[in-house]
Amino acid sequence: MAEKAQGTVFSIPMPTAVLRRVADELGALFLFMLESLALMFAGFGQVSKTIRQIYFIGVQSVSVIALIGLFTGMVMGMQLYYALATFGADGFLGTGVALAMVRELAPVLSAIMLTGRAGSAMTAEIGVMRISEQIDALTIMDINPMRYLVAPKMAACLLSFPILTAFFNLIALWGGWLTGVKLLGANEGVYWSRVQSSLDWSDIEGGFIKAIIFGLLVCTICCFEGYFTHTRSGHAGPEGVSQSTTNAVVKSCVVILAADYILTSLLW
Amino acid sequence: MSNAPGIRLENLTIGYGGNPVVSDLNIEFPGGKLSMVVGGSGSGKSTLLRHVLQLQPPISGDIFMGGHEIGHLSRRKRSCLRQRMGVLFQDGAMLGSLRVRDNIALPLREHTRFKEKQIMEIVQNRLELVGLGHALDLYPNELSGGMRKRAGLARALVMDPQILFCDEPTSGLDPVMSAELDQLLLEMMRHFDMTMLVVTHDLSSMRGLADFVVVLGEGRCLFQGTIEELEKTEDAYLRRFLDRAPEERTAPRLTMPPIDSKMMKINCSDFLSE
Repeated sequence: MAEKAQGTVFSIPMPTAVLRRVADELGALFLFMLESLALMFAGFGQVSKTIRQIYFIGVQSVSVIALIGLFTGMVMGMQLYYALATFGADGFLGTGVALAMVRELAPVLSAIMLTGRAGSAMTAEIGVMRISEQIDALTIMDINPMRYLVAPKMAACLLSFPILTAFFNLIALWGGWLTGVKLLGANEGVYWSRVQSSLDWSDIEGGFIKAIIFGLLVCTICCFEGYFTHTRSGHAGPEGVSQSTTNAVVKSCVVILAADYILTSLLW
Repeated sequence: MSNAPGIRLENLTIGYGGNPVVSDLNIEFPGGKLSMVVGGSGSGKSTLLRHVLQLQPPISGDIFMGGHEIGHLSRRKRSCLRQRMGVLFQDGAMLGSLRVRDNIALPLREHTRFKEKQIMEIVQNRLELVGLGHALDLYPNELSGGMRKRAGLARALVMDPQILFCDEPTSGLDPVMSAELDQLLLEMMRHFDMTMLVVTHDLSSMRGLADFVVVLGEGRCLFQGTIEELEKTEDAYLRRFLDRAPEERTAPRLTMPPIDSKMMKINCSDFLSE
Protein backbone atom coordinates (compact mmCIF):
# COMPACT_ATOMS: atom_id res chain seq x y z
CA MET A 1 0.00 0.00 0.00
CA ALA A 2 2.83 2.29 0.87
CA GLU A 3 4.28 1.68 -2.56
CA LYS A 4 0.97 2.53 -4.20
CA ALA A 5 0.70 5.66 -2.17
CA GLN A 6 4.12 6.75 -3.35
CA GLY A 7 3.08 6.08 -6.93
CA THR A 8 5.77 3.50 -7.71
CA VAL A 9 3.43 0.64 -8.62
CA PHE A 10 1.10 2.38 -11.07
CA SER A 11 3.45 5.25 -11.77
CA ILE A 12 2.96 7.22 -14.95
CA PRO A 13 6.18 8.80 -16.23
CA MET A 14 6.22 12.54 -15.74
CA PRO A 15 5.72 14.35 -19.07
CA THR A 16 8.91 16.32 -18.48
CA ALA A 17 10.94 13.13 -18.07
CA VAL A 18 9.47 11.67 -21.25
CA LEU A 19 10.08 14.91 -23.11
CA ARG A 20 13.65 15.01 -21.86
CA ARG A 21 14.25 11.43 -23.03
CA VAL A 22 12.77 12.20 -26.45
CA ALA A 23 14.86 15.39 -26.69
CA ASP A 24 17.98 13.43 -25.68
CA GLU A 25 17.35 10.82 -28.34
CA LEU A 26 16.60 13.39 -31.03
CA GLY A 27 19.75 15.29 -30.09
CA ALA A 28 21.85 12.13 -30.26
CA LEU A 29 20.26 11.23 -33.61
CA PHE A 30 21.01 14.68 -35.00
CA LEU A 31 24.65 14.56 -33.89
CA PHE A 32 24.95 11.04 -35.30
CA MET A 33 23.64 12.33 -38.64
CA LEU A 34 26.03 15.30 -38.68
CA GLU A 35 29.03 13.10 -37.85
CA SER A 36 28.24 10.56 -40.54
CA LEU A 37 27.68 13.34 -43.10
CA ALA A 38 31.03 14.93 -42.21
CA LEU A 39 32.85 11.59 -42.37
CA MET A 40 31.58 10.82 -45.88
CA PHE A 41 34.46 12.90 -47.19
CA ALA A 42 37.18 11.46 -44.95
CA GLY A 43 39.71 10.38 -47.57
CA PHE A 44 39.82 8.31 -50.76
CA GLY A 45 39.46 5.12 -48.77
CA GLN A 46 35.76 5.91 -48.48
CA VAL A 47 35.18 5.62 -52.23
CA SER A 48 35.51 1.85 -52.53
CA LYS A 49 33.37 1.27 -49.41
CA THR A 50 30.72 3.66 -50.79
CA ILE A 51 30.67 1.88 -54.16
CA ARG A 52 30.14 -1.44 -52.36
CA GLN A 53 27.22 0.08 -50.45
CA ILE A 54 25.74 1.61 -53.62
CA TYR A 55 25.77 -1.87 -55.10
CA PHE A 56 23.96 -3.27 -52.04
CA ILE A 57 21.50 -0.43 -51.42
CA GLY A 58 21.01 0.75 -54.98
CA VAL A 59 21.76 -1.90 -57.60
CA GLN A 60 20.33 -4.83 -55.64
CA SER A 61 17.10 -2.88 -55.04
CA VAL A 62 16.41 -2.20 -58.72
CA SER A 63 14.22 -5.27 -59.25
CA VAL A 64 12.07 -4.57 -56.17
CA ILE A 65 11.65 -0.92 -57.15
CA ALA A 66 10.76 -1.92 -60.71
CA LEU A 67 8.13 -4.35 -59.50
CA ILE A 68 6.55 -1.94 -57.03
CA GLY A 69 6.71 0.92 -59.56
CA LEU A 70 5.04 -1.19 -62.24
CA PHE A 71 2.13 -2.30 -60.07
CA THR A 72 1.64 1.13 -58.51
CA GLY A 73 1.54 2.70 -61.99
CA MET A 74 -0.86 0.04 -63.25
CA VAL A 75 -3.24 0.52 -60.32
CA MET A 76 -3.10 4.30 -60.66
CA GLY A 77 -3.75 4.03 -64.41
CA MET A 78 -6.77 1.82 -63.85
CA GLN A 79 -8.33 3.74 -60.95
CA LEU A 80 -7.80 7.15 -62.49
CA TYR A 81 -9.14 6.00 -65.87
CA TYR A 82 -12.40 4.77 -64.32
CA ALA A 83 -12.74 7.91 -62.17
CA LEU A 84 -11.98 10.32 -65.03
CA ALA A 85 -13.99 8.47 -67.65
CA THR A 86 -17.21 8.95 -65.65
CA PHE A 87 -17.19 12.62 -66.55
CA GLY A 88 -15.39 12.30 -69.86
CA ALA A 89 -12.04 13.54 -68.64
CA ASP A 90 -9.97 10.42 -69.42
CA GLY A 91 -7.64 12.63 -71.43
CA PHE A 92 -6.23 13.80 -68.12
CA LEU A 93 -5.08 10.32 -67.19
CA GLY A 94 -1.44 11.17 -68.00
CA THR A 95 -1.62 14.31 -65.83
CA GLY A 96 -3.00 12.39 -62.86
CA VAL A 97 -0.53 9.53 -63.06
CA ALA A 98 2.46 11.80 -63.64
CA LEU A 99 1.73 14.26 -60.81
CA ALA A 100 0.80 11.56 -58.30
CA MET A 101 3.92 9.57 -59.07
CA VAL A 102 6.54 12.27 -59.42
CA ARG A 103 5.40 14.43 -56.50
CA GLU A 104 4.26 11.83 -53.97
CA LEU A 105 4.14 8.14 -54.62
CA ALA A 106 7.54 7.53 -56.18
CA PRO A 107 9.64 9.16 -53.41
CA VAL A 108 7.47 7.78 -50.58
CA LEU A 109 7.03 4.23 -51.83
CA SER A 110 10.67 3.95 -52.94
CA ALA A 111 11.82 5.11 -49.52
CA ILE A 112 9.51 2.69 -47.71
CA MET A 113 10.62 -0.22 -49.91
CA LEU A 114 14.28 0.70 -49.41
CA THR A 115 13.70 0.88 -45.66
CA GLY A 116 12.38 -2.67 -45.73
CA ARG A 117 15.07 -4.03 -48.02
CA ALA A 118 18.23 -2.09 -47.20
CA GLY A 119 17.48 -0.15 -44.00
CA SER A 120 16.60 -3.25 -41.98
CA ALA A 121 19.74 -4.97 -43.27
CA MET A 122 21.87 -1.99 -42.24
CA THR A 123 20.44 -2.07 -38.71
CA ALA A 124 20.90 -5.81 -38.39
CA GLU A 125 24.47 -5.72 -39.77
CA ILE A 126 25.61 -2.93 -37.46
CA GLY A 127 23.70 -4.43 -34.51
CA VAL A 128 25.33 -7.83 -34.93
CA MET A 129 28.72 -6.15 -35.23
CA ARG A 130 28.01 -4.32 -31.99
CA ILE A 131 27.01 -7.37 -29.95
CA SER A 132 29.88 -9.50 -31.31
CA GLU A 133 32.48 -6.87 -30.27
CA GLN A 134 33.41 -6.09 -33.90
CA ILE A 135 32.71 -2.38 -33.38
CA ASP A 136 34.85 -2.46 -30.22
CA ALA A 137 37.58 -4.14 -32.26
CA LEU A 138 37.45 -1.32 -34.83
CA THR A 139 37.68 1.28 -32.05
CA ILE A 140 40.66 -0.50 -30.50
CA MET A 141 42.38 -0.63 -33.91
CA ASP A 142 41.93 3.16 -34.02
CA ILE A 143 39.50 2.88 -36.92
CA ASN A 144 36.52 5.18 -36.41
CA PRO A 145 33.46 2.88 -36.70
CA MET A 146 31.34 5.82 -37.81
CA ARG A 147 33.71 6.48 -40.70
CA TYR A 148 34.21 2.82 -41.54
CA LEU A 149 30.62 1.60 -41.21
CA VAL A 150 28.10 4.43 -41.24
CA ALA A 151 29.50 7.14 -43.54
CA PRO A 152 29.69 4.92 -46.69
CA LYS A 153 26.09 3.81 -46.10
CA MET A 154 25.03 7.45 -45.76
CA ALA A 155 26.77 8.43 -49.02
CA ALA A 156 25.24 5.42 -50.79
CA CYS A 157 21.73 6.27 -49.53
CA LEU A 158 22.04 9.91 -50.59
CA LEU A 159 23.00 8.79 -54.11
CA SER A 160 20.78 5.73 -54.48
CA PHE A 161 17.46 7.05 -53.18
CA PRO A 162 16.97 9.78 -55.87
CA ILE A 163 18.19 7.52 -58.67
CA LEU A 164 15.86 4.72 -57.62
CA THR A 165 13.02 7.23 -57.28
CA ALA A 166 13.63 8.38 -60.87
CA PHE A 167 13.61 4.75 -61.97
CA PHE A 168 10.34 4.19 -60.04
CA ASN A 169 8.83 7.18 -61.89
CA LEU A 170 9.76 5.78 -65.29
CA ILE A 171 8.39 2.33 -64.60
CA ALA A 172 5.23 3.69 -62.94
CA LEU A 173 4.44 5.99 -65.89
CA TRP A 174 4.90 3.00 -68.16
CA GLY A 175 2.60 0.94 -65.87
CA GLY A 176 -0.07 3.67 -66.09
CA TRP A 177 0.22 3.60 -69.86
CA LEU A 178 -0.07 -0.19 -69.86
CA THR A 179 -3.44 -0.27 -68.08
CA GLY A 180 -4.86 3.12 -69.10
CA VAL A 181 -3.92 3.00 -72.78
CA LYS A 182 -3.29 -0.62 -73.72
CA LEU A 183 -5.94 -2.33 -71.57
CA LEU A 184 -8.65 0.30 -71.14
CA GLY A 185 -8.30 2.21 -74.40
CA ALA A 186 -7.26 5.76 -73.48
CA ASN A 187 -5.54 7.71 -76.27
CA GLU A 188 -1.82 7.03 -76.31
CA GLY A 189 -0.75 10.37 -77.77
CA VAL A 190 -2.88 12.31 -75.29
CA TYR A 191 -1.53 10.24 -72.38
CA TRP A 192 2.13 10.96 -73.15
CA SER A 193 1.55 14.56 -74.11
CA ARG A 194 -0.29 15.16 -70.82
CA VAL A 195 2.56 13.49 -68.92
CA GLN A 196 5.00 15.83 -70.64
CA SER A 197 2.98 19.04 -70.36
CA SER A 198 1.77 18.63 -66.78
CA LEU A 199 5.18 18.14 -65.23
CA ASP A 200 7.23 21.22 -64.34
CA TRP A 201 10.89 21.09 -63.43
CA SER A 202 9.81 22.05 -59.92
CA ASP A 203 7.81 18.80 -59.65
CA ILE A 204 10.79 16.68 -60.62
CA GLU A 205 13.13 18.73 -58.44
CA GLY A 206 10.71 18.42 -55.50
CA GLY A 207 10.57 14.64 -55.93
CA PHE A 208 14.36 14.46 -55.90
CA ILE A 209 14.60 16.70 -52.82
CA LYS A 210 12.15 14.43 -51.03
CA ALA A 211 14.10 11.33 -52.04
CA ILE A 212 17.39 12.79 -50.79
CA ILE A 213 15.85 13.80 -47.45
CA PHE A 214 14.19 10.41 -47.07
CA GLY A 215 17.56 8.75 -47.77
CA LEU A 216 19.18 10.90 -45.10
CA LEU A 217 16.46 10.10 -42.55
CA VAL A 218 16.27 6.37 -43.28
CA CYS A 219 20.03 5.90 -43.14
CA THR A 220 20.38 7.92 -39.93
CA ILE A 221 17.57 6.08 -38.12
CA CYS A 222 18.57 2.60 -39.29
CA CYS A 223 22.29 3.01 -38.56
CA PHE A 224 21.59 4.73 -35.22
CA GLU A 225 19.34 1.90 -34.04
CA GLY A 226 21.97 -0.70 -34.96
CA TYR A 227 24.88 1.26 -33.55
CA PHE A 228 23.26 1.64 -30.13
CA THR A 229 21.70 -1.84 -29.96
CA HIS A 230 23.74 -2.60 -26.82
CA THR A 231 22.18 0.29 -24.90
CA ARG A 232 18.68 -1.18 -25.24
CA SER A 233 17.77 -2.12 -21.68
CA GLY A 234 16.22 -5.55 -21.21
CA HIS A 235 16.91 -6.63 -24.80
CA ALA A 236 20.52 -7.69 -25.01
CA GLY A 237 22.06 -9.95 -27.64
CA PRO A 238 20.14 -11.28 -30.66
CA GLU A 239 16.80 -10.16 -29.20
CA GLY A 240 18.18 -6.62 -28.97
CA VAL A 241 19.19 -6.74 -32.65
CA SER A 242 15.74 -7.94 -33.70
CA GLN A 243 14.12 -5.24 -31.54
CA SER A 244 16.40 -2.58 -33.04
CA THR A 245 15.61 -3.75 -36.57
CA THR A 246 11.86 -3.60 -35.93
CA ASN A 247 12.20 -0.16 -34.34
CA ALA A 248 14.31 1.11 -37.23
CA VAL A 249 11.76 0.04 -39.85
CA VAL A 250 8.74 1.35 -37.93
CA LYS A 251 10.38 4.67 -37.04
CA SER A 252 11.68 5.15 -40.58
CA CYS A 253 8.25 4.54 -42.13
CA VAL A 254 6.53 6.95 -39.72
CA VAL A 255 9.23 9.59 -40.24
CA ILE A 256 9.02 9.21 -44.04
CA LEU A 257 5.26 9.87 -44.01
CA ALA A 258 5.55 12.77 -41.56
CA ALA A 259 8.44 14.31 -43.48
CA ASP A 260 6.48 13.85 -46.73
CA TYR A 261 3.62 15.95 -45.38
CA ILE A 262 5.99 18.69 -44.21
CA LEU A 263 7.99 18.69 -47.44
CA THR A 264 4.86 18.74 -49.62
CA SER A 265 3.61 21.75 -47.64
CA LEU A 266 6.92 23.54 -48.10
CA LEU A 267 7.66 22.62 -51.71
CA TRP A 268 4.35 23.21 -53.47
CA MET B 1 65.98 -5.50 -19.90
CA SER B 2 62.57 -4.82 -21.44
CA ASN B 3 61.47 -1.43 -22.76
CA ALA B 4 57.81 -2.43 -22.79
CA PRO B 5 55.48 -0.03 -20.94
CA GLY B 6 53.78 -0.84 -17.65
CA ILE B 7 50.15 -0.24 -16.74
CA ARG B 8 49.18 1.47 -13.49
CA LEU B 9 45.72 1.79 -11.95
CA GLU B 10 45.26 4.47 -9.31
CA ASN B 11 42.20 4.52 -7.05
CA LEU B 12 40.21 3.10 -9.93
CA THR B 13 36.53 2.33 -9.44
CA ILE B 14 34.83 0.70 -12.40
CA GLY B 15 31.25 -0.20 -13.21
CA TYR B 16 28.26 0.54 -15.39
CA GLY B 17 25.86 3.46 -15.14
CA GLY B 18 27.41 4.72 -11.92
CA ASN B 19 27.04 1.32 -10.18
CA PRO B 20 30.49 0.11 -9.10
CA VAL B 21 31.52 -3.46 -9.98
CA VAL B 22 35.07 -3.26 -8.57
CA SER B 23 36.18 -0.44 -6.30
CA ASP B 24 39.41 1.26 -5.38
CA LEU B 25 41.93 -0.61 -7.50
CA ASN B 26 45.59 0.33 -7.00
CA ILE B 27 47.61 -2.02 -9.16
CA GLU B 28 50.84 -1.77 -11.13
CA PHE B 29 51.16 -4.30 -13.97
CA PRO B 30 54.91 -4.56 -14.70
CA GLY B 31 56.21 -3.75 -18.20
CA GLY B 32 57.55 -6.62 -20.32
CA LYS B 33 55.81 -9.24 -18.18
CA LEU B 34 52.74 -11.37 -18.55
CA SER B 35 50.15 -10.29 -16.00
CA MET B 36 46.94 -12.15 -15.43
CA VAL B 37 43.67 -10.95 -13.94
CA VAL B 38 41.69 -13.87 -12.55
CA GLY B 39 38.53 -14.23 -10.54
CA GLY B 40 35.18 -15.95 -10.52
CA SER B 41 32.38 -15.28 -12.98
CA GLY B 42 30.98 -11.78 -12.51
CA SER B 43 33.99 -10.62 -10.51
CA GLY B 44 34.64 -7.74 -12.94
CA LYS B 45 37.61 -9.07 -14.94
CA SER B 46 36.20 -8.25 -18.37
CA THR B 47 34.78 -4.98 -17.02
CA LEU B 48 38.29 -4.04 -15.91
CA LEU B 49 39.63 -4.85 -19.37
CA ARG B 50 36.94 -2.73 -21.06
CA HIS B 51 37.91 0.21 -18.83
CA VAL B 52 41.63 -0.22 -19.43
CA LEU B 53 40.88 -0.30 -23.18
CA GLN B 54 38.83 2.89 -22.78
CA LEU B 55 35.68 1.27 -24.12
CA GLN B 56 34.01 2.43 -20.90
CA PRO B 57 34.79 5.49 -18.79
CA PRO B 58 35.69 4.68 -15.14
CA ILE B 59 33.49 5.89 -12.30
CA SER B 60 36.58 7.39 -10.64
CA GLY B 61 40.35 7.04 -10.61
CA ASP B 62 43.07 7.02 -13.25
CA ILE B 63 44.73 4.56 -15.63
CA PHE B 64 48.34 5.11 -16.71
CA MET B 65 50.07 3.37 -19.63
CA GLY B 66 53.73 4.01 -20.26
CA GLY B 67 53.51 7.12 -18.06
CA HIS B 68 50.50 8.62 -19.88
CA GLU B 69 47.25 9.11 -18.01
CA ILE B 70 44.97 7.72 -20.72
CA GLY B 71 41.70 9.32 -19.62
CA HIS B 72 42.69 12.79 -20.76
CA LEU B 73 44.77 12.16 -23.87
CA SER B 74 44.42 14.38 -26.93
CA ARG B 75 42.88 12.75 -30.01
CA ARG B 76 46.30 12.33 -31.63
CA LYS B 77 47.88 10.79 -28.54
CA ARG B 78 44.94 8.43 -28.06
CA SER B 79 45.40 7.40 -31.69
CA CYS B 80 49.10 6.70 -31.01
CA LEU B 81 48.25 4.69 -27.92
CA ARG B 82 45.70 2.55 -29.77
CA GLN B 83 48.13 1.85 -32.57
CA ARG B 84 50.71 0.63 -30.04
CA MET B 85 48.38 -1.90 -28.45
CA GLY B 86 46.69 -5.05 -29.66
CA VAL B 87 43.63 -6.82 -28.32
CA LEU B 88 42.58 -10.43 -28.62
CA PHE B 89 38.84 -10.49 -28.00
CA GLN B 90 37.07 -13.46 -26.46
CA ASP B 91 35.64 -14.71 -29.76
CA GLY B 92 38.26 -13.09 -31.98
CA ALA B 93 35.85 -10.28 -33.06
CA MET B 94 36.88 -10.72 -36.69
CA LEU B 95 34.85 -8.62 -39.13
CA GLY B 96 32.44 -11.13 -40.67
CA SER B 97 32.28 -9.46 -44.06
CA LEU B 98 36.05 -9.60 -44.67
CA ARG B 99 38.30 -12.56 -45.45
CA VAL B 100 40.92 -13.46 -42.84
CA ARG B 101 43.68 -11.72 -44.83
CA ASP B 102 41.66 -8.50 -45.14
CA ASN B 103 40.79 -8.59 -41.44
CA ILE B 104 44.46 -8.77 -40.55
CA ALA B 105 45.51 -6.27 -43.20
CA LEU B 106 42.93 -3.72 -42.01
CA PRO B 107 45.09 -1.86 -39.43
CA LEU B 108 48.02 -1.80 -41.88
CA ARG B 109 45.86 -0.36 -44.67
CA GLU B 110 44.41 2.25 -42.33
CA HIS B 111 47.55 3.36 -40.49
CA THR B 112 50.62 2.70 -42.64
CA ARG B 113 52.02 3.70 -46.03
CA PHE B 114 52.96 0.14 -47.00
CA LYS B 115 52.23 -0.99 -50.54
CA GLU B 116 49.69 -3.81 -50.91
CA LYS B 117 52.47 -6.32 -51.65
CA GLN B 118 54.30 -5.46 -48.42
CA ILE B 119 51.02 -5.59 -46.46
CA MET B 120 50.35 -9.08 -47.78
CA GLU B 121 53.87 -10.19 -46.78
CA ILE B 122 53.29 -9.00 -43.20
CA VAL B 123 49.84 -10.61 -43.11
CA GLN B 124 51.25 -13.92 -44.38
CA ASN B 125 54.03 -13.74 -41.77
CA ARG B 126 51.64 -13.12 -38.88
CA LEU B 127 49.29 -15.86 -40.01
CA GLU B 128 52.16 -18.30 -40.23
CA LEU B 129 53.29 -17.27 -36.74
CA VAL B 130 49.93 -18.39 -35.36
CA GLY B 131 49.81 -21.48 -37.58
CA LEU B 132 47.13 -20.25 -39.97
CA GLY B 133 49.17 -19.73 -43.14
CA HIS B 134 46.58 -21.75 -45.08
CA ALA B 135 43.55 -19.72 -43.92
CA LEU B 136 44.31 -16.53 -45.85
CA ASP B 137 41.25 -16.67 -48.10
CA LEU B 138 38.72 -18.01 -45.64
CA TYR B 139 35.94 -16.00 -44.03
CA PRO B 140 35.73 -15.92 -40.20
CA ASN B 141 32.59 -18.09 -40.20
CA GLU B 142 34.58 -20.82 -41.96
CA LEU B 143 37.05 -21.04 -39.04
CA SER B 144 36.75 -23.14 -35.90
CA GLY B 145 36.70 -21.43 -32.47
CA GLY B 146 40.42 -22.02 -31.92
CA MET B 147 41.30 -20.84 -35.43
CA ARG B 148 39.24 -17.68 -34.93
CA LYS B 149 41.17 -16.93 -31.76
CA ARG B 150 44.49 -17.47 -33.50
CA ALA B 151 43.37 -15.26 -36.39
CA GLY B 152 42.36 -12.66 -33.80
CA LEU B 153 45.82 -12.96 -32.28
CA ALA B 154 47.43 -12.47 -35.70
CA ARG B 155 45.39 -9.28 -36.15
CA ALA B 156 46.31 -8.08 -32.64
CA LEU B 157 50.00 -8.57 -33.48
CA VAL B 158 50.02 -7.10 -36.96
CA MET B 159 51.11 -3.59 -35.88
CA ASP B 160 53.89 -4.90 -33.58
CA PRO B 161 52.13 -3.73 -30.42
CA GLN B 162 53.95 -2.90 -27.20
CA ILE B 163 51.00 -3.99 -25.08
CA LEU B 164 48.80 -6.97 -25.81
CA PHE B 165 45.46 -7.49 -24.05
CA CYS B 166 43.72 -10.86 -24.15
CA ASP B 167 40.16 -11.49 -22.99
CA GLU B 168 39.65 -15.13 -21.95
CA PRO B 169 42.00 -16.49 -24.63
CA THR B 170 41.44 -20.15 -23.73
CA SER B 171 37.71 -20.15 -23.04
CA GLY B 172 35.83 -22.68 -25.13
CA LEU B 173 38.98 -24.48 -26.24
CA ASP B 174 39.93 -28.07 -25.48
CA PRO B 175 42.89 -28.61 -23.08
CA VAL B 176 45.38 -29.32 -25.89
CA MET B 177 44.32 -26.26 -27.86
CA SER B 178 44.42 -24.17 -24.65
CA ALA B 179 47.97 -25.28 -23.91
CA GLU B 180 48.98 -24.53 -27.51
CA LEU B 181 47.50 -21.04 -27.34
CA ASP B 182 49.20 -20.40 -23.97
CA GLN B 183 52.52 -21.44 -25.49
CA LEU B 184 51.90 -19.20 -28.47
CA LEU B 185 51.15 -16.20 -26.25
CA LEU B 186 54.35 -16.76 -24.31
CA GLU B 187 56.42 -17.03 -27.49
CA MET B 188 54.82 -13.86 -28.90
CA MET B 189 55.54 -11.95 -25.73
CA ARG B 190 59.21 -12.90 -25.82
CA HIS B 191 59.52 -12.37 -29.56
CA PHE B 192 57.88 -8.93 -29.65
CA ASP B 193 59.07 -7.76 -26.18
CA MET B 194 55.57 -6.85 -25.06
CA THR B 195 53.65 -6.21 -21.90
CA MET B 196 50.80 -8.66 -21.81
CA LEU B 197 47.62 -8.40 -19.75
CA VAL B 198 45.44 -11.50 -19.85
CA VAL B 199 41.99 -11.78 -18.31
CA THR B 200 41.09 -15.39 -17.62
CA HIS B 201 39.50 -17.84 -15.24
CA ASP B 202 41.72 -20.67 -16.46
CA LEU B 203 43.85 -21.58 -13.44
CA SER B 204 46.16 -23.91 -15.38
CA SER B 205 46.98 -21.06 -17.77
CA MET B 206 47.63 -18.82 -14.80
CA ARG B 207 49.95 -21.33 -13.16
CA GLY B 208 51.83 -21.95 -16.41
CA LEU B 209 52.24 -18.42 -17.70
CA ALA B 210 51.73 -15.62 -15.23
CA ASP B 211 54.59 -13.44 -13.97
CA PHE B 212 52.14 -11.28 -12.02
CA VAL B 213 48.65 -12.15 -10.82
CA VAL B 214 45.69 -10.06 -9.73
CA VAL B 215 42.66 -11.76 -8.20
CA LEU B 216 39.34 -9.92 -8.25
CA GLY B 217 36.35 -10.86 -6.12
CA GLU B 218 33.78 -9.44 -3.74
CA GLY B 219 33.95 -6.12 -5.60
CA ARG B 220 37.62 -5.47 -4.86
CA CYS B 221 41.17 -6.62 -5.53
CA LEU B 222 41.75 -9.64 -3.27
CA PHE B 223 45.35 -10.27 -4.22
CA GLN B 224 48.20 -8.93 -6.32
CA GLY B 225 51.64 -10.46 -6.55
CA THR B 226 53.53 -13.38 -8.05
CA ILE B 227 52.09 -16.82 -8.57
CA GLU B 228 54.39 -18.20 -5.84
CA GLU B 229 53.00 -15.69 -3.33
CA LEU B 230 49.46 -16.56 -4.38
CA GLU B 231 50.02 -20.29 -3.90
CA LYS B 232 51.15 -19.66 -0.31
CA THR B 233 48.06 -17.62 0.62
CA GLU B 234 46.02 -18.53 3.68
CA ASP B 235 43.01 -16.40 2.70
CA ALA B 236 39.93 -18.68 2.73
CA TYR B 237 38.31 -17.24 -0.43
CA LEU B 238 41.55 -17.41 -2.41
CA ARG B 239 42.30 -20.95 -1.18
CA ARG B 240 38.84 -22.08 -2.25
CA PHE B 241 39.36 -20.41 -5.63
CA LEU B 242 42.80 -21.97 -6.13
CA ASP B 243 41.73 -25.43 -4.94
CA ARG B 244 38.50 -25.22 -6.95
CA ALA B 245 36.62 -26.09 -3.75
CA PRO B 246 32.94 -25.14 -3.79
CA GLU B 247 31.49 -23.37 -0.80
CA GLU B 248 30.35 -25.84 1.86
CA ARG B 249 26.58 -26.07 2.17
CA THR B 250 24.68 -26.82 5.32
CA ALA B 251 21.26 -27.09 3.65
CA PRO B 252 20.60 -29.73 0.97
CA ARG B 253 20.63 -28.31 -2.58
CA LEU B 254 17.83 -30.43 -4.04
CA THR B 255 14.71 -29.88 -2.00
CA MET B 256 12.07 -30.43 -4.68
CA PRO B 257 10.77 -33.92 -5.57
CA PRO B 258 10.98 -35.04 -9.26
CA ILE B 259 8.17 -33.76 -11.50
CA ASP B 260 5.03 -35.87 -11.15
CA SER B 261 4.40 -37.69 -14.46
CA LYS B 262 0.66 -37.02 -14.08
CA MET B 263 1.40 -33.34 -14.57
CA MET B 264 2.94 -33.94 -18.01
CA LYS B 265 0.74 -33.16 -21.05
CA ILE B 266 2.11 -36.30 -22.72
CA ASN B 267 3.26 -39.00 -20.32
CA CYS B 268 6.82 -39.71 -21.43
CA SER B 269 8.14 -40.91 -18.07
CA ASP B 270 8.71 -44.50 -19.29
CA PHE B 271 9.84 -43.58 -22.79
CA LEU B 272 13.54 -44.29 -22.23
CA SER B 273 13.07 -47.18 -19.77
CA GLU B 274 14.03 -50.56 -21.21
